Amino acid sequence: MHCPDDLKYTKEHEWVRYDGKIATIGITEHAAEQLGDVVFVELPEEGESVNKGDTLGVVESVKAVSDIYSPIAGEVVEVNSALKNSPEQIGSDAYGDGWFVKLEVTNPDELDELMSAAAYNKFLAQESA
Amino acid sequence: MDKRTALYVHHEQLGAKFVPFAGWSMPVQYSGTLAEHAAVRERAGLFDVSHMGLFCVEGPDASALLQYLTPNDLARIGDGQAQYSMFLNDTGGVVDDIIIYRERADRFLIVVNAGNLEKDWHWIMAHQRGDVRVTDLSKDTALIALQGPKAQAMLQPLVAGDLATLKRFGFRHDTIAGVPVTVARTGYTGSPGFEMFVPSASAGVAWKALLDAGTSHGILPCGLGARDTLRLEMAYPLHGHEISEKISPLEARLDWVLKLDKPEFIGRDALRTQRDKGLARVLVGLRMTDSGIPRDGYSVVHAHKPVGYVTSGTMSPSLKVGIGLALVPPALSTPGTMLAVDIRGRERAAEVVATPFFKPAQ
Repeated sequence: MHCPDDLKYTKEHEWVRYDGKIATIGITEHAAEQLGDVVFVELPEEGESVNKGDTLGVVESVKAVSDIYSPIAGEVVEVNSALKNSPEQIGSDAYGDGWFVKLEVTNPDELDELMSAAAYNKFLAQESA
Repeated sequence: MDKRTALYVHHEQLGAKFVPFAGWSMPVQYSGTLAEHAAVRERAGLFDVSHMGLFCVEGPDASALLQYLTPNDLARIGDGQAQYSMFLNDTGGVVDDIIIYRERADRFLIVVNAGNLEKDWHWIMAHQRGDVRVTDLSKDTALIALQGPKAQAMLQPLVAGDLATLKRFGFRHDTIAGVPVTVARTGYTGSPGFEMFVPSASAGVAWKALLDAGTSHGILPCGLGARDTLRLEMAYPLHGHEISEKISPLEARLDWVLKLDKPEFIGRDALRTQRDKGLARVLVGLRMTDSGIPRDGYSVVHAHKPVGYVTSGTMSPSLKVGIGLALVPPALSTPGTMLAVDIRGRERAAEVVATPFFKPAQ
């Protein structure tokens, strides 16, 4: 499964795209595929502060509720409100239009604790073994 | 290892995603629950429900035994007719909900839920009396459901009998692709359709013939995910949720199944007492007016106080709104009553509505 090389990843199947100031966060294609059809998304409020590991929001498939955890500390500067009417974007374009939130990053060092694409692929292979 | 139906390899070939269910490895989806749900509502969907159990009860005292074990009245059906019913315990709780098929006055088939198969078997054994023989046909029989407005049109060329003369809840013996089949006009989706019993050894032949015949009609194989969203739009009960050993059929608003004037059956007196005393809770349909999806177990709230709970819930694919079934006090059960569902600590508004939530195209 193709995981973009320019992103960082977590064991909870979130991805992070960092531009030096703002981190865009979503869930991976693998996670979206495991969930099945996404029918509802609960997003945080702009201005909310989160720590690493806090619940950012919720992605719901037909059958199940999945928490999304923040990979890093930061302040929510933008949420993808298109997901309210089109939650299926998470499945159809996980690394693009399926983005979840944008955070202003508190501590960029936390990004170093995340996995590279190669490490995430290895992690996926081990999980399914 | 989880059990596999005779059609497992076909599901694999179709790219199914499997989940464990009642000790079986079953397809939860193939192309996606929403697409499969839409296929059934608009065209046709094919389900492998072979995990369900099938018993045969026969002999001169078969009818008397079943009348004693069930609250519905078997005298209302004749040969070639089926009836929705249940096994009740002596406190009026539901051991399982079932469909009974009368082949002859002295021979009945019973379809039971996969998760309750062993329990139901022991239940019948414990109460068996008279000249009756009970056999478990589950392993030898596959059950395939074909549901949707196009079901009849696509099935007719495959069978010998005229489906137009097969009434709702009727069943008959026929052949499909050279394989013996019992075709019943029954289903768990609310869309029109059929459920078919075939020998397990021939299940693949029947399944492939149905998929091939359905291709030009836009048929899709459908998994348990769609099975649940479809039945929930119809407010059909699922044992363990809307009915259970602790939830009576009166609370679940299944009065129509209960013939409380029938001579002695297990649970009759308990149900009569419940009816006479009045119920503490009843099942209602909830439709979200705030955004959000009610889920099994979520608390239902009125005036900020918990008053009940959700028994089943989902995002309705047809209505694109959260729907659920919930047990609430009778005083709050009138359609139009505004309640709230506690979704992850926040009260989200929901309206009590009449069910079914949706009237599928026939």
